Amino acid sequence: MSLARRLPEVLVPALLVLATALLGLAVSSYLQAYFLDALIKVAIVVGLYVFIGNSGVLSFGQISFVAVGAWTAGVLTVPQAEKPIAMPGLAHFLVTTNVGNAASLALAAAIGGVFALAVGLPLMRLSGLAAGIATFAVLEITNNVLTYEGLIGPALNNFSSVPPTTGIWQAAIGGLICIAVAYAYQRTRFGRMLRATREDPAAAAAAGISVYRQRLFAFTLAGALAGFAGGLYVHLQPLAANDLSLDLTFITLAMLVVGGAGSLLGAVVGALAVSGVYYFFTAAVNTVTVFGWHIHVRAGTADIVLGVLMVLVLIFRPSGITGGREFSVPRRRRPVADLEKARATT
Amino acid sequence: MILAFLNLQPLTWPTFANALALGGVYALMAVGIGLVFGVLRLVNFAYGQLIMAGGFALAYGTTWNLPEWQSILLCFGVVLVLSVLMDRLVFRPLRTSSPAVMLVATFAVAFLLQNIALLKFGPLPRSVGSLAQLNAPWDIFGVEIKKLAVIAVATAAGCLVILQLLLTRTPLGLQMRAAAMDFRTARLLGVRANRVIGAAVVISGLLAATATVFLSAQAIDVGYTFGLQDTIIVLAGVVVGGMNRPIPATLGGFSIGFATGILGGVLPADKSQYLTTFIFAAVIIVLLVRPNGLFTRGGGAVERV
Repeated sequence: MSLARRLPEVLVPALLVLATALLGLAVSSYLQAYFLDALIKVAIVVGLYVFIGNSGVLSFGQISFVAVGAWTAGVLTVPQAEKPIAMPGLAHFLVTTNVGNAASLALAAAIGGVFALAVGLPLMRLSGLAAGIATFAVLEITNNVLTYEGLIGPALNNFSSVPPTTGIWQAAIGGLICIAVAYAYQRTRFGRMLRATREDPAAAAAAGISVYRQRLFAFTLAGALAGFAGGLYVHLQPLAANDLSLDLTFITLAMLVVGGAGSLLGAVVGALAVSGVYYFFTAAVNTVTVFGWHIHVRAGTADIVLGVLMVLVLIFRPSGITGGREFSVPRRRRPVADLEKARATT
Repeated sequence: MILAFLNLQPLTWPTFANALALGGVYALMAVGIGLVFGVLRLVNFAYGQLIMAGGFALAYGTTWNLPEWQSILLCFGVVLVLSVLMDRLVFRPLRTSSPAVMLVATFAVAFLLQNIALLKFGPLPRSVGSLAQLNAPWDIFGVEIKKLAVIAVATAAGCLVILQLLLTRTPLGLQMRAAAMDFRTARLLGVRANRVIGAAVVISGLLAATATVFLSAQAIDVGYTFGLQDTIIVLAGVVVGGMNRPIPATLGGFSIGFATGILGGVLPADKSQYLTTFIFAAVIIVLLVRPNGLFTRGGGAVERV
């Protein structure tokens, strides 16, 4: 297929992100917070997609890399003078080390990637339920250590006094970087090999693909993107360890599934659409007026709507809104990848 | 070396008894999760929310000043109705989906129920005072052991024996085991799918309710996250033990509960907050060494449920 036909596959997700950013600039600063959050979610979900979408293996551990990235970027950017107050137990070399915004994001990505590599080296040998539970264990351990260990961060407190450098442009550019990396990866031979293992692990192995190595590579790359997204996140709002745990895992997984885990477009559409629905109901707590209808709901309705939405999508459209396909100019229909079958074999 | 570094506390009899009790309760939950997995291939992440709902039923029983047996009956009723509803509304339409889709679906149900509870009952925990007397100690050979521990161990052992008899000595049990081995062949031979699945769901609900009573009595109060952490630990235990067969799954649940209880007792105060880390690190290590389960024998045809 020609490049011109391929280009929309990455351009459409990128344009969706840009449109979100521009909309975010147009609205009041109160509503802008929702758009900022949606853009961060895009970055996180695209990272999630790089591993889960391409490998077909479920991982609950991705948010632990987001958390590690957030901790890295947060600890390294809190002004030195405020560190003894904000993080009294912090290790000495972390107190004396400070870097700028961009460097902290790069380091967050690096540490996220290294952590994912270290975790993936043993864990990527597992498959099926054992892999699912093992990644869950990683999430539990990371959350437990970050919650209580004062040497490496604020422990039970929120991350106060991190410079809030993530504005709408930084969030948008971060999302675009994640999309570009994810797309570049899925076009390389590594991405193709991993998707081959997703469709049929036995056949892929017979064709000389090391399932272990391809999964490990994607897991590490996804970890780096997650760390980067975590860095963006901590520069947006004062996070605590529990903000980066089970709930965020659920919400981002819901976004990926609702959008369609099989494609980059699905990840981006899922993140934006679910954010849209979620924040609509969050805002409706203070009454929203749509076409003359005054909508008012109780606090917490958004989470319930999200849960119901996810169950309904799983029952009626298990391959998500996009059906797991990339965007293509509708001319000739391409065969639909049978995602269901692929999932059943993993 | 490592043990010296950890500065462990001496193991006492009450710690041992409590660990045994926690192991027993987790074993019940493990069987409940394992039974449904056997017939449906479904890892029910929402099992903890059954326990949460049962806990709130007990809390309401306390608020309404119901006698203990009525609270417990209410708890059983709520948990059973909820588990049957869950099966009808969510798991039945997804019965033909892949295990990964079903796992994500139970994840969604868990999140949904938890948020409904948060919306309905608010973020503050509620007291389950009527069962608090179970925490009183009994003097056994000069050692003070909680009544709860003794009753929990006895009940768990009783339930497991009854269940084993049910599975091996009754037609329904035979059908369930057959369905767990090969669902399609079992149906061809006249086993009714809905009956077997219904039985598994109901038994799993009964076990959840039983576990609820003990967990609530120990926790004293229940909030919307009640049961969540326990379920995650039990799920890990079931997978570590060996998901495919009833006895390894039960042993897995028991072991992780027992280990949690012992570690919780012997870790010094400044390390006890890292209990989760120790437990899940052990889970990862065991999974790496024995990915098919700690208590399963490798090779050969495996029986499920």
